[in-house]
Amino acid sequence: MSADYLDGNALAGPLAEIFATDVSAAVGRCASCGLTGPVASLRVYSRAPGLVARCPGCEEVVLRLVRSPDAAWLDLRGAVCLRIPLGGP
Amino acid sequence: MTTFTRGFRGRRRGGDDRLPPGQYLTEDFPVLSAGPTPDVPPDRWEFAIHTETGQAHRWTWQELMALPYETPTVDIHCVTTWSKLDTTWQGVSLDVLFEDVETAAEYALVHSYGGYTTNLPLEDLLDGKAWIAYRYEGEELAPVHGGPARLLVPHLYFWKSAKWVRGIRLLTEDWPGFWETAGYHNYGDPWREQRYADD
Ligand SMILES: [Zn+2]
Repeated sequence: MSADYLDGNALAGPLAEIFATDVSAAVGRCASCGLTGPVASLRVYSRAPGLVARCPGCEEVVLRLVRSPDAAWLDLRGAVCLRIPLGGP
Repeated sequence: MTTFTRGFRGRRRGGDDRLPPGQYLTEDFPVLSAGPTPDVPPDRWEFAIHTETGQAHRWTWQELMALPYETPTVDIHCVTTWSKLDTTWQGVSLDVLFEDVETAAEYALVHSYGGYTTNLPLEDLLDGKAWIAYRYEGEELAPVHGGPARLLVPHLYFWKSAKWVRGIRLLTEDWPGFWETAGYHNYGDPWREQRYADD
């Protein structure tokens, strides 16, 4: 099972294309079990038609990202909210 | 029992015209998975067809094994661009499982152990086009490839061939599945290169 998934830092590059900030440091809450933690702590299944990031607590899907040559589809319904750190004033 | 051969035995065509656009040939069998491999011992395995009127038809592993099987040889095409020719399977045709199912539904939502789903028109599961497959290349289907049993619908991209298949829900309205809600094409015909939602 150990090589099944990557850690959430694998999302940093693909999400950098969409967000103006590093989302792997963002803290989210799993919509399924309530576990709260950084995106970097998710389990990313990348040997798939897209990236599937699952909660390390309950294994439910927190985030999905599909990239075609000219578009990206981002599904965040498994995340209640993301707290994205931004530079202060 | 029945041997179903798709392909061009006798007047064999070369690899190229069996390769849909944008695909390359592979000899190995890449493992693709959107999540952890579920552990489904056959004695706890069950397959069910739920109709739009709420009727359920269920099979245990023993009951599935007792059904007539076929041994299709088919080409498979993954949307991640690999194709594999002449794969050999053993499984029960969906025509057998649907024999006593009364339905007016046109859509099917396939669901799996582990939570995966995929949708397709019911007619794409019938008339010798789909199987519940439990052996691959003469051996028990390995869990990483969907064992104990997976759906096999080789005329569509392979994400439609749900691993660890658990059941089929018949619907009067189409309901998109796991990849179909995340940018992938609703139908997924490899010969028309229907990869993404906007293809
Ligand atoms: Zn969770």
